Amino acid sequence: MMDPRISIIPERIKDVKRRIAIVSGKGGVGKTVLASLLALGLSSMGKIVGLLDLDFNGPSCHIVLGIPEDTSIEEEKGIIPPLFNGIRFMSLELFVRERALPLRGDDISNAIIELLAITRWGSLDYLIIDTPPGTSDELLDILRLIDGLETLIVTIPSKLALKTVSRLLNLLKMVNTNIIGIIENMSKGTDMVREFARREGIRYLGSIPYDEKLEEALGDVDALKRTSISESITTILHKIIGLKITR
Amino acid sequence: MLNLLFVIEILRMVHEWALAESIVRAVLDIMRERKLKTVLEVKIAIGQLQQIEIDIFRDALKEISEGTILKETRFSIEEEEAEFKCRNCGYTWKFSEIRESIKEDEAEAIHFIPELAHAIIRCPRCGSPDFIVVRGRGVRIVSLRGIT
Repeated sequence: MMDPRISIIPERIKDVKRRIAIVSGKGGVGKTVLASLLALGLSSMGKIVGLLDLDFNGPSCHIVLGIPEDTSIEEEKGIIPPLFNGIRFMSLELFVRERALPLRGDDISNAIIELLAITRWGSLDYLIIDTPPGTSDELLDILRLIDGLETLIVTIPSKLALKTVSRLLNLLKMVNTNIIGIIENMSKGTDMVREFARREGIRYLGSIPYDEKLEEALGDVDALKRTSISESITTILHKIIGLKITR
Repeated sequence: MLNLLFVIEILRMVHEWALAESIVRAVLDIMRERKLKTVLEVKIAIGQLQQIEIDIFRDALKEISEGTILKETRFSIEEEEAEFKCRNCGYTWKFSEIRESIKEDEAEAIHFIPELAHAIIRCPRCGSPDFIVVRGRGVRIVSLRGIT
């Protein structure tokens, strides 16, 4: 007759002030790294933060933040996301641990609904959600299931990437989601993305230079905080925090 | 008294509670939408794949609905056998046939999110992980009887 789990989702996130999905037109633009570092940056600023990894095919926020795969899950009338470096973290990775997870459309929706229905986030200032690239099932699902969802677009300065962002923007504008703006990752100092943002009528939040030290810092939170990427992210976060959100 | 405390402790621990909460919330939503004054009975199917502890689930339903207008509502629970069909070779099989081959931590993962079965279960005939859960996935409301 009906899926009862959908009814409880608003209750599970009612104390989450801002729900932000990190999205991109194509893969390989650094979305997962930025999602993880945005969560880390917010936490360093004293905000209460959750990070939900919904990239089911390639969950990897835990690798960026060095979250051990053998973390046990606490249950209390649902599941309580484990706390790492001030971030409440939830990912299917905590359950599947490196096994392949071949999910198709309806299975993806079911897994997302189940996760949202049983995870008790508690009070959060920010819930950062990492999503797969493009107009994926995961993105479509959170757009319908999470009330007041905001989206934050990540791109690289490339014609290819921006073409896919245009397509993504078509969808985001169609469903009336609140688009916070666009972040230019792996910047080469050109105006390409800034110009693109102006043409599309979206906010340009700033650029992040390519940082060779990132690879070495992956999995080490203190080293991550010392990268130039984290520095740029802090500047961008000040802009995001300052925005007034209407729901 | 000790037994009672033990029962309460169990109810706090398990996520059957979360699913029972979703049932109560959904029924209250349906009541509002359909303008029902009373709900006499709610039939719930519990898919075997999710391995819900039915007694705990029933107790949680009772406790959660106690403080609502559903306190007199009868919740009928029936278990639904889980069945799979391989997309690759078409073979069909039941969860009960393979349950013993699944390790406890794997069963626990499936209990949390039944879709994790795709990371654990393989077609017994061809070994493919590409299968459909034909029935018996998780918790759903089958029917509801109420008065307007």
